[in-house]
Amino acid sequence: MEKDNKKSRRKFLKLGVKLGAIASIGTVAVAKALDNKDKEEMVELMSTDGSIIQVPASEVQEVAIKPENYNSREGFPNKKFVMVVDLAKCKNALKCQKACNKGHYITGENAWLKVYKMQESEKTAPYFQPTQCQHCDKPPCVKVCPVDATFKRKDGIVLIDNERCIGCRFCMAACPYSIRVFNWNEPNQPEIVHEEEYTPDHCGKPSVKGTVDKCDFCPHETIKGELPFCVKACPNDVFAFGDAYEDAVTNGSGQTFKLSALLKEKAGYRLMESLGTEPSVFYLPPADRLVDFEKGMENFNEFKSVDKIE
Amino acid sequence: MKDYDKLILDLAPRKFGKLGQIWVAFLCLIILLAMYAYYQQIDKGLIITGMRDYALWGIYISNFVFFVAISLVGSLVTAILRLSGTHWSTPLTRISEVIAVAAIMMAGLTIILDMGRPERIYNILLHGRLQSPIIWDVLVITTYLVISLLLLYYPLLPDFAILKKHFKEKPFLSKIYDKLSLNWKGSEAQVKIYNNAIRTLSVMIIPIAFTIHTVTAWLFATTYRPGWDSSNFGPYFIAGAFVAGAGAVVVLMYVLRKVYHLEEYITDFHFDKMGKLLVLLCLVYLYFNVNEYLVPAYKTTVEEAAHLEGMFTGDFAPLFWSVIIFGLILPIIVLIFPKGRKPLPLFIIGLIVVVGAWWKRYLIVSPTLLHPFLPVQGVPEEWHFYHPTLLEWMITFGTLAAALLIMTILFRYLPIIPIHETAEEKGFLETHKTEEL
Repeated sequence: MEKDNKKSRRKFLKLGVKLGAIASIGTVAVAKALDNKDKEEMVELMSTDGSIIQVPASEVQEVAIKPENYNSREGFPNKKFVMVVDLAKCKNALKCQKACNKGHYITGENAWLKVYKMQESEKTAPYFQPTQCQHCDKPPCVKVCPVDATFKRKDGIVLIDNERCIGCRFCMAACPYSIRVFNWNEPNQPEIVHEEEYTPDHCGKPSVKGTVDKCDFCPHETIKGELPFCVKACPNDVFAFGDAYEDAVTNGSGQTFKLSALLKEKAGYRLMESLGTEPSVFYLPPADRLVDFEKGMENFNEFKSVDKIE
Repeated sequence: MKDYDKLILDLAPRKFGKLGQIWVAFLCLIILLAMYAYYQQIDKGLIITGMRDYALWGIYISNFVFFVAISLVGSLVTAILRLSGTHWSTPLTRISEVIAVAAIMMAGLTIILDMGRPERIYNILLHGRLQSPIIWDVLVITTYLVISLLLLYYPLLPDFAILKKHFKEKPFLSKIYDKLSLNWKGSEAQVKIYNNAIRTLSVMIIPIAFTIHTVTAWLFATTYRPGWDSSNFGPYFIAGAFVAGAGAVVVLMYVLRKVYHLEEYITDFHFDKMGKLLVLLCLVYLYFNVNEYLVPAYKTTVEEAAHLEGMFTGDFAPLFWSVIIFGLILPIIVLIFPKGRKPLPLFIIGLIVVVGAWWKRYLIVSPTLLHPFLPVQGVPEEWHFYHPTLLEWMITFGTLAAALLIMTILFRYLPIIPIHETAEEKGFLETHKTEEL
C-alpha cells in the first residue's frame, strides 16, 4: 500500500509539471517518498494549495499529449475533466442544447443536454437546470454494462463504443439522471458523420441504430484545445469546463476560475450526491439570480428538445 | 402383468387428434405472425415498439421475467417435492419439467428479442464483464437450462426403453426411442447410477433455480429506481415465481388429463393437493407483496410516493388492483374450500393466476420506468406513457405460442406421466422386471 502510494504520487507529479498543471501533494508523504533522493538536483513546484514543494529533477518528465499516443478508451493521461454549471446564470437560452444537437448530429427526439424546469417544492423558487451526462466517478451505467461497451476513461470521461453496444439498455435503466438516449430507429444523419473513421470520442459520429448515445464531454473538442460545444455556445457563461487536477475551470468567455475556491465560495453541489455516483459535474445554486425565470419560460418547450434538421 | 400392459397403453404417447392438429397449426400461425413482426423490428429498429427513452423496457422484459418465473416450477415439483419424499407429485413431475424447459428456453430467446443489436450477442462471450448482472443471468440461465434438460431426460431413460418395445411396429420411432434410452436395461448398476444422478440433479437444481430468479430480480434491484430499489426483490420474485409455476402446472394438469384421458392417473386427489400447495404459495407471495408495497407506502418518500400513487390510485390502478385481487386474493379465498380445489374450479383459478402473473410482471417493469428521478421533459408527449404496439404484442404472443408449441411437441413424444416410476410405485414392476427386461 505504502509503495503504491509513492508510485502513484510520483506519477502524479510527473504530469503536473510540464503541463503547467500543479499536483496537490501532502508535504509529509512527499518527504517520505523521496527520502533517498535528497542528494539529487531538486526543482520547485507549487501545489494546488499554493505551497512550494521540492521534487527531484529526475522525477519530472514531459507528458504532452501526442495525437499518435492518444487512445480513445484510455483518454488523456493525468487529466480529470470536470464541469461547473452555475444555475444562477441560466435563463434557458437553450443555445447549449442547440450547439450540442448540431455538433453531435442528433436526429432523435431526445437531446443529450436538457434544461429542466425544476422546482423543489411549491414554496421555493423554480429554476432552470442544464443537465447532461454527469460523467460519474462511480458510474452505475458502466457497472452494469455486460460487454464493456460503455466505459470510464482515466480522464474521467464516460463514453460508449457503439460498435460494441448490444442494445440491452441496462445502462439507461441504471442511470439515475436519465441522460442516456437510445437510437430506436435508423438515425437520419447527414453524410458527414461517416467521413472519418469511427472512435467513441465523438458520440453521434455516427449514431447507430439499436445502440445507446449520450453526452461525451466533447473530447473531440478538448483535443483541439477548444471548450465543449455547450460551454462555448452559452451566452450567459453558465458552464465552465476544466481539469480537476489543475484545479481550474474556464467558461465560454475565457475566464478561468480556481475550481476548489469557486465550489467553496458558491456552495457548489452535485446532483443526487446521496446515491454515491460521484459526478464530475458540479452545480452552483441558483442564488442571487440576475435573470428572470419567467422570461426563460418563453423558450421552454415541454415536449421538444431537438429541432428537426431540414 | 395385465395392469402393467394397460399402464403402458394408457401412458404411451399418442398421435395428435384433429383438435391437436388444429392446436399445432394455430400455434404455428401465431409464431409466423411473430416472425413477420420481428422481421419488421430488425429492419426498422425497436421504433416499431411502444418503448422509448423513458419506458426503455416494456413487455419483452416483463415477458422474460414471466418465463423465468414459470420455469421455476420444475425445481419446485421435481426437486423440492421429490426430495421431501412426497409421492403424490410423481404424475406431475414430467409436466412441470417440460414447463421448465420450454419456459427457460423462451426466456433466453425473449431477452435476445429485446436487444437493439441481437447480431452482436457474441460480444457477451468476447467482452463479458462479470460485474454486470446480465452476465450472471446468462450464466445461471444456461446452467439451469442444462440441468433442467438433464432432469427431464434422466427419468425418461426407463420410459424410452419401454416405448422402444411398445412401438415395435413402427421401426423408425422405435429406433429413436432405442437411441434415446441409452441402452437402458434396468440392471442393478444402471438403476444405481440412475437414482444417484436424479438425486444429485434434484439437489443441484434448487440453488440454481433460486439463483436464476434472484439474479433476474437483481436486474432491477441493482438500479436506484423507486419501485426496484428494494432488498425484498429476490425473495419476492421467487415467491411470485412459485405461484405462477404452480398455476401453470394446474392448468396443464387439467388440459392434459382431459385431452389424453388420464383421469385414472391425475385424480381429484392430485388437484386437491396442488390446490393446497397453491394456497400456501399465494399466502407467502401475499406476505412479500405487503412488504413490497406497504413499507414504502408508510414512508412515502417523494420518489416512492409518485410510483405508488400511480399503482394505488393512478394510471395503473385498475390493472394493479385486478392483479392483486384476482391473481392473489381470490385464489386464496377459493382454494381454502375443498370444493374450490376440485379440477374445474382449480383450473379456472390456475388460468387466472397465470394471466395475473404475466400482468404482475408488467406492473413490476413499466410503472417504475415512467417515474424517473428527474422530470420527464423535452420529449414528445407520447413518451410520457408506455403503450405496447401491435407488432410488439405479436412478437410477445409468438414467444408464448412457441413455449406452448415446445410443450405440445414434448407431450406428443414423451409419456406425460412417468411410466416407469408409476409402475414402480404401484408395485407392478417387482415380478415383471426380470421377465421382460
